[in-house]
Amino acid sequence: MAWTRKVLRVDLTNGTCKSEPLNMEWAQQYLGQRGLATKYFVSEVDPKVDPLSPANKLIMTTGPLTGTPASTGGRYSVVTKGALTGAIACSNSGGYFGAELKFAGWDMIIFEGKSPKPVYLSIENDKAELKCAAHLWGKTTWVTEETIKKTHQDPQVRVCSIGRAGENGVLYACIVNDLHRAAGRSGVGTVMGSKNLKAVAVRGTTGAGQIKDPKAFMAATAAGKKVLAENAVTGQGLPTYGTQVLMNVINEMGALPTRNHRDVQFEDARKISAEAMHEKRPTDGKTHLVTNAACFGCTIACGRISRIDETHFSVVNKPEYWGASGGLEYEAAWALGAANGVGDLEALQYANLICNEDGFDPISFGATVGAAMELYDLGILKASDIGMEAPFGSAKALCELARMTAVGEGFGKELGIGSARLCEKHGKPELSMGVKKQEFPAYDSRGIQGMGLAYATSNRGACHLRGYTVASEVLGIPVKTDPLVTEGKAGLVKAFQDATAVFDSSGLCIFTSFAWSLADIQPQIDAACEGDWTMEKLNEVGERIWNLERQFNLAAGFTAKDDDLPPRLKTEPAKTGPAKGLVNGIDKMRPEYYAERGWDANGKPTGETLKRLGL
Amino acid sequence: MQKSLHIDANKCTGCLQCEMACSYENYGVFNIAKSRIKVFNFEHEGRKVPYTCTQCAEAWCLNACPVDAIRIDAATGAKVVHEATCVGCKVCTIACPFGTVNYVAETGKVQKCDLCGGDPACATACPTGAITYVDADWTGLDKMRAWAGKTDTSPRASA
Repeated sequence: MAWTRKVLRVDLTNGTCKSEPLNMEWAQQYLGQRGLATKYFVSEVDPKVDPLSPANKLIMTTGPLTGTPASTGGRYSVVTKGALTGAIACSNSGGYFGAELKFAGWDMIIFEGKSPKPVYLSIENDKAELKCAAHLWGKTTWVTEETIKKTHQDPQVRVCSIGRAGENGVLYACIVNDLHRAAGRSGVGTVMGSKNLKAVAVRGTTGAGQIKDPKAFMAATAAGKKVLAENAVTGQGLPTYGTQVLMNVINEMGALPTRNHRDVQFEDARKISAEAMHEKRPTDGKTHLVTNAACFGCTIACGRISRIDETHFSVVNKPEYWGASGGLEYEAAWALGAANGVGDLEALQYANLICNEDGFDPISFGATVGAAMELYDLGILKASDIGMEAPFGSAKALCELARMTAVGEGFGKELGIGSARLCEKHGKPELSMGVKKQEFPAYDSRGIQGMGLAYATSNRGACHLRGYTVASEVLGIPVKTDPLVTEGKAGLVKAFQDATAVFDSSGLCIFTSFAWSLADIQPQIDAACEGDWTMEKLNEVGERIWNLERQFNLAAGFTAKDDDLPPRLKTEPAKTGPAKGLVNGIDKMRPEYYAERGWDANGKPTGETLKRLGL
Repeated sequence: MQKSLHIDANKCTGCLQCEMACSYENYGVFNIAKSRIKVFNFEHEGRKVPYTCTQCAEAWCLNACPVDAIRIDAATGAKVVHEATCVGCKVCTIACPFGTVNYVAETGKVQKCDLCGGDPACATACPTGAITYVDADWTGLDKMRAWAGKTDTSPRASA
């Protein structure tokens, strides 16, 4: 058993913390983390619940391999009903917090109710208590983490928290841990804020030792690490360039959404790319990038640690931003940059720092700025509405709007509702570039067809981390498929979605899947976890999780109509690049996908499918 | 040949595989709180530095111990805590200038790096070569080589 077999249930309304045994029958069906927490969540929460009401719950959860030497075994997830989407939300984060929670002896924490006043949860091994957070409310995630470490007189305590965005109801607020790692999407931080829960501080000295077959486990994890080290992407590309290695590649493919998806190639892509982060700046002769960094247990180390240019307009006289800090990763660089036409690397890093500091998702924020800039371009929003001129490409507007969103000032409040609600409010709902009210990430589905289907059917709204067919369509992993055609994509998307659900339930990072298939993690899971974890069982677990999430969304009121893309991607062809003239073929792929999944024409799992999966 | 742990902090990514390997080797659990090697993260500088006992030739911890619980492993040169003898007085933790001997409340004894009997688990686990176990007399060899390579001698006749 690699589970600690303990669940911490925190009743915020009544201020109690109770330990209960983990449901081991469910653990055998859902593995851990994403799958197992979702099973708990859907069993306890009414799908129609208002995400921001006390009746919604929020689960922080580790996987069975979290806190072990399996490479990247440091992940935790946050499962709730998303504030941004109203769909099932599961946001995954690295850093060190997840492993510490495991070392303290907990598989998951279930938060329910709402605290009458701001609190934070303090955990020291089996001791858990809610503490007053009055002095932390109104503070950034960075100050919160530092203050808790000082108060506890323990620099080794690990903290996750919400910043002012989560307190102020920014609908895409994140939960930030270890300064710059985040459970980023769908507004999980907003839900945390609605419960008056500011932070969780964990110190674990118990450790994770309950491995089924330690000898086999050490051999399996060592073999896995060798595969990662010898793979070109995980062994060289990611450690050297980070996820930013993709910026120029995706731009060349004509799949880099630019200016709210008006264009598919960005003329300044190179200026905001990994390569640019390695170049010496003319101002101070230093490179933007300081070093790469790993999360707990990770032998890839794709993380970027950068230092902003002290002379840049955004940080003049703000020495608090001059130190080395997290960023830029590809998604943030794209959303803050290409999505709104800004080609100023330092401005992007400033906005990224603000997103980390006050806890909000740079993808949704950047894309919402892109939508606002289009509304401005069309004359629907005026400078007087926004408080400044906000044309596409304005680095000044981007930086100022980031600050305003963080503190909930002026137009920042409107940006905090996300692009779907913003565009709806101004009578142009079709200009919101997303699915299920969640903004697209950094791949244009006219140039990478499979991603259109992956976005449309993702259970947590538009997302690259639910079925990353980019791996196949662009990088040829595990096999190369043509990004410009729809044929075969239904099966491809299903395969990626189901496999990803297993990775996300194990405690491992999905980035390992550039080099690992399920066959690489199967021996690691099987050696660690009680039970017989065959490939067949893992495949079934993945598909079961996907359908469980789907069932929740259907019960929440989503229908096949919500498995769709904005009209722009279906009617406005790509203007340049290899995909020139193409739109996304979602209407062709959707029915094929439903059939592939064993769902009816309305996107509902058939009785036979549910029975087969034991749902 | 005597070997010693050699640390190249520039190569450290902060993954803590060394800490897990150390705790597993010595306690049979994955528990970085029990690791004898610690990685320090200087966040605002973007630096991560693994740090542990350097096995001083003239070991102050050994000399300070009133019950001779710290002894030299003849094969490796490691200064090793003999738990059965240790009385948990903590004088060694005061004597050590580097803080690499630490008290363990759970056992009532002190712990420090013992080089795993000559096959340090941390060095084996390190994925980037930030921790290596090399000839104690030549820990600077790689650095010398790197600098030697940068020495610009007069250009050779071009081919």
